[in-house]
Amino acid sequence: MLAASSTGRARFALATSLILAHASSAVAHGFAGDRFFPATILTPDPFVADEMSLPTAIINPPSPDGSREIDLEADLAKRITPDLGLTLSHQWERLKPPGMPAVTGLGGTLNAELDYQFLLNAPHQALGLIGISTGFGHTGRVQALGAPDFTTISPVIDFGKGFGDLPESMLWLRPLAITGTFSFDFPTKTQSAGFPNPNSFNFGFSFQYSLEYLQHHVKDIGLSAPFDRLVPLVEVSFSTAVNRGFGGQTVGTIQPGVIWFGQYVQVGAEAIIPASRLAGHGYGGVVQLHFYLDDIFPNSIGRPLFRY
Amino acid sequence: MRRVLLQLLTAAALNLPALGALAHAFLNQAMPPVGGAVPASPKEIRLTFSEGIEPRFSGIEIATGAGQAIATGPAFPDPADDKQLVLSLLAPGRYRVTWHVVSVDTHRTEGDYTFSVGQ
Repeated sequence: MLAASSTGRARFALATSLILAHASSAVAHGFAGDRFFPATILTPDPFVADEMSLPTAIINPPSPDGSREIDLEADLAKRITPDLGLTLSHQWERLKPPGMPAVTGLGGTLNAELDYQFLLNAPHQALGLIGISTGFGHTGRVQALGAPDFTTISPVIDFGKGFGDLPESMLWLRPLAITGTFSFDFPTKTQSAGFPNPNSFNFGFSFQYSLEYLQHHVKDIGLSAPFDRLVPLVEVSFSTAVNRGFGGQTVGTIQPGVIWFGQYVQVGAEAIIPASRLAGHGYGGVVQLHFYLDDIFPNSIGRPLFRY
Repeated sequence: MRRVLLQLLTAAALNLPALGALAHAFLNQAMPPVGGAVPASPKEIRLTFSEGIEPRFSGIEIATGAGQAIATGPAFPDPADDKQLVLSLLAPGRYRVTWHVVSVDTHRTEGDYTFSVGQ
């Protein structure tokens, strides 16, 4: 009985974590002209890079059944060539259903994503990236935490656009930048333990206002360290199931927060606000410590494996 | 994971002093200021970066507010501070400064901004 109930809650956790998995694997950062895009926490960045997020600590909003979940994630991004990158990520979970003991262990799936940088337009601060993401089944605790017993393959397209090319009359909008991601999930099993595994369409955006860009590229307003390295932002991410009885069900979160970036690391913190009833209720939060391996180890692991 | 994090932080802490200035060079300060105005012609444009720069692969270009390039001498590093790049100047007018630098570990960054002299 306990196991069955636990499995049901774990399956809900699986559904939401699966749906949000793509949006949680953001690791890349980079430049487009004089625009620096920090690594966002919720949505993927449209850049291949040599970077690592360790850890990303997430206190999720309470799920509809009252379960509480805490995640610790690790992401590693490595450039194979200057335009081709591989990202690996996984997470540890602590799931506490109401009235039952907490369950811990690897949750979700081990994810691997191969990305190609097909666009980098410096004058217009525009970026484009395509990739294929794979979440490997049986790489987390299937029974206890609802980790998938199937593999999911997802084509991905990400973009970024800075607005530093706006005219002088729109000076104060130049620090703005938007990044976005679109992906589609293809689970390799149509159902698991009697529950359907739907195809899902995922999309997310980040809206960033870079105080670094404002202070050092638009207008000196007297900001000094550490405030001239802050990027206030809002991230949103949604996933809509499209078939197998879940058609139209959408899960999403809105995450306002701030990122500070230094020379070698960046730190980010965001509130987590459910944007749909299925995403839970109340509030959560996330903090992330992120390392720029290309700056910490510029002559070894911070470089592409091959120049071309 | 805690052990991995501690090892990475230790590695980073041990490496940072040895690395010295080894990272992307961000513009930290500009004189005349970014987007600002100065009453009289400055003797020079002085840009201060977050990292040491490679002067052979770094430079400053000047154009009028209308975008017409202005011939100047080459920018040169401040002998007392390898994070500073200097360009001698300038008659009254509105100017666009375009800079590009390569930090000492070969990371390239670039940027531009405008300022006014006597306007």
